[in-house]
Amino acid sequence: MSGQERGSAHAGPDTALAAYVLRLGDDALVASHRLAELAARGPQLEEDVALANTALDLLGQARSLLTYAGSLEERLTGVLRTEDDLAFLRGEDQFANCLLVELPNTDFAHTVARQLLFSAYQFELYSRLAGSADATLAGIAGKAVKEVAYHRDHAAGWTVRLGDGTEESSERMAAALEAAWPSTAELFASDPVFAAVAAAGLGADPPELRPAWEACVDGVLAEAGLARPEVPPVTGPAGRGGRQGVHTEAFGYLLAEMQHLHRSHPGALW
Amino acid sequence: MTDRGTATAAPENAPEQRRFEERIAADERIEPRDWMPDDYRRTLIRQIAQHAHSEIIGMQPEGNWITRAPSLRRKAVLIAKVQDEAGHGLYLYSAAETLGVAREELLDLLHQGRQRYSSIFNYPTVSWADVGAIGWLVDGAAITNQVPLCRCSYGPYARAMVRICKEESFHQRQGFDLLYTLARGTEAQRRMAQDSVDRWYWPSLMMFGPPDSESTHSEKSMAWNIKRFSNDELRQRFVDMIVPQAEALGLTLPDPDLAWNAERGHYDFGTPDWDEFMQVLKGNGPCNKQRIEHRRDAHREGAWVREAARAHAAKSRARSRTAAA
Ligand SMILES: [Fe+2]
Ligand SMILES: [Fe+2]
Repeated sequence: MSGQERGSAHAGPDTALAAYVLRLGDDALVASHRLAELAARGPQLEEDVALANTALDLLGQARSLLTYAGSLEERLTGVLRTEDDLAFLRGEDQFANCLLVELPNTDFAHTVARQLLFSAYQFELYSRLAGSADATLAGIAGKAVKEVAYHRDHAAGWTVRLGDGTEESSERMAAALEAAWPSTAELFASDPVFAAVAAAGLGADPPELRPAWEACVDGVLAEAGLARPEVPPVTGPAGRGGRQGVHTEAFGYLLAEMQHLHRSHPGALW
Repeated sequence: MTDRGTATAAPENAPEQRRFEERIAADERIEPRDWMPDDYRRTLIRQIAQHAHSEIIGMQPEGNWITRAPSLRRKAVLIAKVQDEAGHGLYLYSAAETLGVAREELLDLLHQGRQRYSSIFNYPTVSWADVGAIGWLVDGAAITNQVPLCRCSYGPYARAMVRICKEESFHQRQGFDLLYTLARGTEAQRRMAQDSVDRWYWPSLMMFGPPDSESTHSEKSMAWNIKRFSNDELRQRFVDMIVPQAEALGLTLPDPDLAWNAERGHYDFGTPDWDEFMQVLKGNGPCNKQRIEHRRDAHREGAWVREAARAHAAKSRARSRTAAA
């Protein structure tokens, strides 16, 4: 954590921290859900185990983060939302996850590309958050960083195998990276929430994560014999993206599926 | 399945055969390098493969609910369960490999419909409660079947079963807990739970196979200490286990003949519809085609990935040879 002063943060540190933790929780929740969609669809049994394992780790992170976000929010509003309230009872525009984690599992290469780019980001993020001035967040990140190091290495291994493997696999891997790449710019964009938590030594300012992330991804791509895609970032309406609640079309379907049963039985316990 | 070149001498003349029989009689374990009759090997391959296939096909009906799980805690439990089943598949295909048959070969036989998997997975999971009923009844029946297999005469299979049984008993408890929560929930949840038990009770009794009077593979398997109890004995044991559990759940089992028999010290129960069993076994259940097609699709869609992994491994080996030279 640099604790770098960033002048005019619009959000106070408490409000910003609640919003920040919610973003991290949503990232993990949606990333986990996309992987969980692949249950019993892996290219081989070992991969069914590995994908489920990663989905479980991410879901565990999401649960800790969402629970914590709910309690931070309660301090501000006096109203408690549980992990399930946050996961199942918010609409699309209230989710603050990045667009990268929503991208569909078009083929195994797309899953690998998304996981590589996302877990390399999460690794840099959690490495810094392990030293956060917020003890709860530091604790969650300290545990999670070991998990995402494994996710990153696993995705890197597949990126290399697919990039180096056959002509078909190399083409598919390149296409998948090209599809995911435009959504990575958002990972490193700052805004008042990020700036406020970074200034307070609570969170990381996204632009700071970029150099280490690039070094990691470039290293993997070099080993895989793949070039870094030359594609511009996604441009959202008025600069808004996932963090501001403007998501991909596919995300609405993801939420519809995820929330339908829970919402069909208001107030029920499961 | 090809003959793996084991001894085929007339049994009465073979000292190996005698030794094998002595070891079976002494209830010792047979290990992969030991001599074993072809028939014993074939029986084991068939049984272990069917068991492995059941683990991986079984991932589908429950995997069907992962993305719709109504709480994050239940979602985590369900992902972990489906992951366990993939792990069980891995252990069992490895156990089969010790008998000289490759996983790829067994998967092909499954995909071609030449080897079976447990028929129970040809029923659909149409409600969330089915995740609970499968855990409670299907994993429960699996445990009843599998605990005796921990003492099976073939070492690698017996050892795989020890690991698997521990996890299956978690699954059963989690399934029970899920139903318990539903049964004490809203009226709609309670109905969902009861409807699910109504649909899964009879198929779970069928999991033990046809009545002893009609079972084809049992006798030899019993003689070889692969199977320790008959289908009917295991079915009775299962019914005796689930009746008090159903009472604890506050759900009823859809069997009008269910009654405690003080004389026998067991519950009496009704006869499953064996015609339905035969129909589903023959491929006419609600999901037979779907389950196999799902497997074939996943396998076919993964072919380029597995090929890439092999190609990369070969290239890496070649590169390290060049580097070493
Ligand atoms: Fe299992
Ligand atoms: Fe199980």
